[in-house]
Order: sequence, then structure tokens, then C-alpha cells
Amino acid sequence: MFCDFDLHMPDRLDDALSVLTDEKGMPMAGGTNLLVDMRSRKETPASVIALGNVGELRGIHFNDERTTIGSRTTVSDLLQSTELVSSSPSLVEAAAVFAGQMVRNAATVGGNIACASPAADLVPPLLSLDAELMLVSASGSRTVPLADYYQGYKRNIRGKDELITQISWARLPENSVNMFYKLARRKGDAITIVGVAVTLSISNGICRKARIALGAVAPYVLRARESERRLEGQVISEELLCAAASQAARECCPIDDVRASATYRRHVVKALVGRLLSQSWNRLV
Amino acid sequence: MNNGKMITLTVNGRSEDIQVPAHRTLLEALRDLGHIEVKRGCEKGDCGACAVLVDDIAIDSCLTLAWTCEDVKITTVSGLGNAENPHPLQSAFVDLGAVQCGFCSPGMIVAAVGLLNEKPDPTEDDIRLALSGNLCRCTGYTKIFDAVKHAALVMSAEGAKP
Repeated sequence: MFCDFDLHMPDRLDDALSVLTDEKGMPMAGGTNLLVDMRSRKETPASVIALGNVGELRGIHFNDERTTIGSRTTVSDLLQSTELVSSSPSLVEAAAVFAGQMVRNAATVGGNIACASPAADLVPPLLSLDAELMLVSASGSRTVPLADYYQGYKRNIRGKDELITQISWARLPENSVNMFYKLARRKGDAITIVGVAVTLSISNGICRKARIALGAVAPYVLRARESERRLEGQVISEELLCAAASQAARECCPIDDVRASATYRRHVVKALVGRLLSQSWNRLV
Repeated sequence: MNNGKMITLTVNGRSEDIQVPAHRTLLEALRDLGHIEVKRGCEKGDCGACAVLVDDIAIDSCLTLAWTCEDVKITTVSGLGNAENPHPLQSAFVDLGAVQCGFCSPGMIVAAVGLLNEKPDPTEDDIRLALSGNLCRCTGYTKIFDAVKHAALVMSAEGAKP
């Protein structure tokens, strides 16, 4: 049984934004997180704005430079896109190990970002792709890097009157590999113990770009920026990749919980970052 | 307290009216209407026992608010077939022993229909992915996967639509 709330079901984005003014109002996309939190009384909104009828927020679009997806695009939509597999492989890999089928059919990309769980599976891939978010309110819009979105545990810079409407990222440079790995008890229906997404771009043996994003090992999904800096501009070698993996393990700050200990998670970060970087390098040479 | 409003749900091809508050889930509304084949399990999207098809897509009815379902087509496992005229998946679950206590079966079959709507000739991996949101605590999954494979063969031989 939930708390009592008013339910709005707008058909258009403008109508959604016009009711999203109240401090106690919460937007609901797929509802697969929010309704669970409401049932356990972690969330007690006075009003819920269900976005299911706002068709303009759903879809995947490509042009020569960028991939853009509407925030209400479902996780299953990601798996059905043939073009996304080549443009953004890490995101598709994460979608395939995201919760279970019925949740994938309802849960949305924007919702996964907005819920701000440290274990959100789509966020490490999107960070590894340098995704940007468009935040829209009744009074205007702004674009922010996803890397600047989170401020702490379940805290983010979204204003109460703002909605995430779009997520977009540039095409990967030539000679790039982008991948994701989720460590969990099972492939399906399991909460992430550690999630790692990596982008590695190499030309003439030199790392041109490195992105390393870590899930479930800090209050929010974070980039291992120092580890990335160690790689960029350097001649790639097994030793360098090892050093970067060790650095990533130093940059995370995991906790002990029912799924794993902090010590184990830190060990896994080193192992997985090292493995994904090596695999990426092997694919590029 | 909000007494809600009268809504019309289209369940297994029939329109049914029910007075529900905004916070009532589709699962609760369906069971209140007598569709007790839709099972109440974990109520947090982990077990899949409450799965129904909404416009032919499998969703967890425990994570869906009833008010949002007025203009869609809802199908429960009972809408797929019955004892006299079973759906090929229902026959396959019986014939291959993919049922023990039966609590997960409605959700399993609904999720499998969702799969076969999209992929009539699924691989083992497709089946595992499609049933990843359904928990069975009795039989293990081997016979369930076998039953889905078998039903897919029967349906493609019959040229039947799921």
C-alpha cells in the first residue's frame, strides 16, 4: 500500500512541466524504481506525474555526429536498436544484463539516470560515452555533462521543476573500443556488485582518449579521472594498463553491504578495469 | 483519502469497470476484478509472477498503476487459452512437466508469449534473457526452457500467431 497521492498523466511535455512545479511532485517514467520506493515509504510524493503518455520523449536518433535518445526510451528499446550496437556497444551490453525482461520493458534510460542509484547499470556506459543530458523546465532548458550531474548519494543537480528530456553523445572516434562488464550473482535480475565501462581510443600505439566509469563502488557512478589521465597521450603497454587499473581501484570508495565487501569490490575494480583495457587494446592492434 | 475514480480496463478482450484510487496497482485491480491467475509475488519487480501483457508487451503488473492502463489491451494467462483450447505454450508447459507448484507459471507463460511475439524462433540465450525476470523456486528452469523451445516449434509448424 502506497501513500495517497495525486496522479497526473499528461500527454505532452509542456503539460508535464506545468504540473512539475511543486516540491512534493515527482516525475515517474517506467515506475520500476519509484513505485518500489513508494511502497517501502522511502518516497512519499504528494503528486506523481506519470510520463508514459508523453510520446515525444521516446526514441533513438542518429546523425553523422551524434546519437540522441529520448529520456523515455526503454531499456528494451535499446536492445532492439541494430544501430546502437555499433555506435554505443557498452550501452547495449548493459541493457542486456539490466534487471529482468518485464522491468526492461518498462524502465527508461532517463529514469535510470534520475534515480541516481550508485548501481544504475546504464550510467557507466553513458559516462564512458561522454553523454550529455538535456534538462528542461517550464522556464527554459540547459545541457549538462552527465559527468557533472551527480553530487552525492542519490543527489543530483536536477531542479525540482526540471525533467531530463534527452541524452546524447558524440560518435566514438576512429580506432575506439567501448565496452561494459557487470559483476553480479547472475546475468539477470541481480543488483550490480561492480560495473565497469571503458572507452579506449588508440592511434599509432598512443592512447588518444580513455574513459573509465565505475558503478556500485562509490556514492554515485564515477569516472576514474586520474586513471584516465595516466593513459591519455601515452604509449600503450601492458604495464601502463596495469598501472591504470591499480589507479582506478584507488579512486573508488566502495562500502561493505549485503552483496560484497568493500575490499572485494576494490579488488574487482582493479581486475575488471585491467581486463577491459587489455581486451580493448587487443581488439585495436 | 482519495476514493479514486471509475476506470475501464480491457482485460482478455472484455471491458471491465472498477473504482480505484490513484495508488492502486494494475495487479491489485486485476485481482479485485477476479483475475486471480495474476499472482502477487514480491511486489517489487523481481519475481515476475504478476506479469501480464500490455499491448502485447510483458510487464510487471505490480509496478504499473491501474489508472495508466485505461487505453491499452491487457492480456492475462487466462486470455491466452483454457483447458479445452490451450495456447501452445500452455500445452507445452503441461506436456513437458514445466510446472510444479504452478505459482510462477502464469508469469512465465506471459513472458514467453512476449518473447515469441518478437522472436518466433528464439535461441536458448533469447529464452534465458526473456525469462530473466521470472523466478521459479521448484523445478529449476531446464524444463521451462524446453517447453518454450517446444512451443516455438509447434507454433511455427502451425503458422500460428502467438
